[in-house]
Amino acid sequence: MSSPDAGFERLDRKLVVVAAVLSAVFSLLAAVIGGIALSVGGMPLGLTLLIVVGGLLLIVGFSAGVEYVRWRVTRFRVTDERLELRFEFVVTKRRSLARERIRTVDVTANPVERLFGLAVVVIGTGQHGESGDAEIKLDPVSRERAEQLRVELLRRAGQSAAEQPGDGAIAALRWGWAWYAPLSFLTPAIGAAAVGAVFNVSSWFGYGREPVGSLISDLVRAAALFGYVTVVVGALLAGVIGALLLFVEMWWSYRLDREQGGMLHVRRGLLTTRSISLEERRLRGVEVVEPLGIRLAKAARVDAIATGMRQGGEGRRTDHKTLLPAAPRALASWVAAAVLREGESPIAAGTLTPHPRAALVRRLRWALAPVLVAFVLLLLVRSLLGTAVNGVLDEAVGGMLMALPWVFIAVAVPAAVLLAFDAYRSLGHGISGRYLLARRGALRRNTVALQRTGVIGWTVRQSIFQRRAGVLTLVATTAAGAGAYQIPDAAVDEGLAFADAAVPGLLAPFLERPLD
Amino acid sequence: MRLRPPRHQLDRRSIAWWRTQIASVTVPIVLGASALGMLSAWWYILAAALLLGGVLIGVAMPLWWYRIHRWEVTDTAVYTRSGYFWQEWRVAPMSRIQTVDTVRGPLQQLFRLATVTVTTASAKGAVRIAGLDAELAGRLAEELTETTQATPGDAT
Repeated sequence: MSSPDAGFERLDRKLVVVAAVLSAVFSLLAAVIGGIALSVGGMPLGLTLLIVVGGLLLIVGFSAGVEYVRWRVTRFRVTDERLELRFEFVVTKRRSLARERIRTVDVTANPVERLFGLAVVVIGTGQHGESGDAEIKLDPVSRERAEQLRVELLRRAGQSAAEQPGDGAIAALRWGWAWYAPLSFLTPAIGAAAVGAVFNVSSWFGYGREPVGSLISDLVRAAALFGYVTVVVGALLAGVIGALLLFVEMWWSYRLDREQGGMLHVRRGLLTTRSISLEERRLRGVEVVEPLGIRLAKAARVDAIATGMRQGGEGRRTDHKTLLPAAPRALASWVAAAVLREGESPIAAGTLTPHPRAALVRRLRWALAPVLVAFVLLLLVRSLLGTAVNGVLDEAVGGMLMALPWVFIAVAVPAAVLLAFDAYRSLGHGISGRYLLARRGALRRNTVALQRTGVIGWTVRQSIFQRRAGVLTLVATTAAGAGAYQIPDAAVDEGLAFADAAVPGLLAPFLERPLD
Repeated sequence: MRLRPPRHQLDRRSIAWWRTQIASVTVPIVLGASALGMLSAWWYILAAALLLGGVLIGVAMPLWWYRIHRWEVTDTAVYTRSGYFWQEWRVAPMSRIQTVDTVRGPLQQLFRLATVTVTTASAKGAVRIAGLDAELAGRLAEELTETTQATPGDAT
C-alpha cells in the first residue's frame, strides 16, 4: 500500500496556454467590434487602442490565471484499487472511484487541445441517479497519458490479454456513407437556420423594417413562383452542405474495433476527436435505427444498448452510444451480429409477429385527428380573413388563400394515412434465440434486440381505449440503454404469452389462463 | 389470458388518508371563495358548488381507488396493479431488486401508513406501493432487503 500522498500527478500544465488561446480568440472578436464602435463614437485612436488592448490582456490574463490556479490545486492518482482526484483550494474536494466500478473511459480533444497534444479524459461508473459523483474528469492530460489511462483503467484485474484476444476492426469509415447524412431530418433544419441567419443579417442593414402589412403585400406581389423556389432550393442546398460538413466532422477516420479484454472501441472525429470505449460485458443488445429518409435509402444506424452508459446530463448527446453511423442495411446487420458475437444478426434471424388490426385503427385515428383539427382551424381563419382581405389583394392571390384549406387537406390526409399504415407495418415483436425483438415507428423506425436475460421487469399498460380494442402495451424494463423498451398495442393473449415466453418465470405466477 | 389481480389491498386507513388529502386542497379553496362572498353573492354559490364537488369526490373516489390499487409479494417477485382508465401492472423480480425504500410523509404518519418503493437497476422499473400499514411496510422492507442481499450479482 502506498503512502497517503504518494503517486499523485498533476494535469498537463499546457492547460494554461489553451485557456489563454481560447479566451484570446473569443475576446478578439469582441475587441474588434468594441474598438470600431468606440472610434466611430468619436474617441481618440490612442485611447481606444489602450482600452481595447488593455481589456484583451486583462481577460486573457485572468482566464490564464484561473486555469493556473486550477492546475496548481488539482492532483490525481491511480492506485491498485482506486482512482482519486483532489482539488485543494479554499474548499477541499476529494473524489475517488473504485477501479472495479469504472465502466467508461472516454477521451475527447478539441482543436486547440489537439494543437498542444492534449486530451480530456472522462472516467465514469455509469451509475444512475446522483450522476455528479459518478464521474471524474481529467481536463486535460497529455495525449499519451490519456491513451495510457484508457488502457490501464479499463483493464480488469486478473484478466490476461490472451484470454479474450481482440480481433481488430469490425467496421471503418467508407466515404459513400456521407450521402446518407443529408437524408436525415437535420438537413431542412440546418437549411432553415441558414435562411433565418440571412434574414437576420439583412435586417441589420435595414431591410425588412417596413410595416409588416406592406411587407406581406410586397412579398405576395413580388413572389413570382421563381422567388420561392430559389429560396427553398437555396435552403435545401445549405442544409445538404451543412449535414455533409457535420458528418465529416463527426465521423472522420471512424473505426469500430474489438480490443483485448472484450472491449469495443469507437474512434472518430475531424476537429474534435472522440474515443469511446464500451465493455462487451455491459452490452445488453443493439438498436437499429432507421429515420425515414435513411430507411428509404436502404440504410440503417446501429446503437449500443449497454448498462452504465451516461444518462441524463450528457446522455442527451446520443452519439455516445452510436456504434455505426447510417450505412447500408446489410453492413448494419453484419455489424450488429459482430458486436453481439452472433453468427447472424438476431434481427435478421428472427421473425416479427405483426400486431392486430386494432393497432392500425388506433394509428389512423392518431394521424388523422390533428389533420382534421388543423383543417377546421384553417377554415375558421379563412372565413375570418376572407372578408378582411377582400379588395386588398388581387383576385389570384385571394383565390389561392380561399383554396388553401382544401389544398392542405388534399395533401395532408394521404400523407397521414400513409404514415399510419407505415407505423402499423413497422410494429412487431418476437423472440430470436437469446434476444427479444421489438420494432416500432414510422418517421424514426427502430428495431431493438435486447438480451432476454437483460430484462429485469415487465410493466403492462392498458388504457380504457386499448381495453375495448383488445390490445395492451408491454414495457420491458432493463438496466441498459433507455431503461425501458415498449411494445405498443400487442394483442392481449398473444402479447402476454410472448412476455411470459421471453422471460420465463417472471410473469407466469400472475397469469390466468381461461379454463377450457 | 389475463393478468390476475394481486392478492392484497392497501390498508383501509388509506381511504381516510386520501380523503384528508382531498380536504386539504378543497377546504382552503372553499374558504377563500366564501370570503369573497362579501363582494357578490355569486361567490357563495360558487363556494357551495365547490364544497359539494369536493364532498362527492372525497366520498366516492377514495373508495374506488381502494378497489383499484392492489399489491402482492411472492417468493420470486413484487407485483402491483394501479389505475383504471390507464391500468398498469408492474412486476419486478426479487433477484433484480437493488433498493427498498420506506417513506412516511407527515399525513401518512398521522394515519400510521407508509409507502414502499422497490427499485431495480432500470431507471424506469421502480415499483411503488403507497398506503401500507406502517408496521407491515417495515417488515416487508426488511424481508425484501434480506432476500435481495442473499442474491449474488449486481442485478443488471
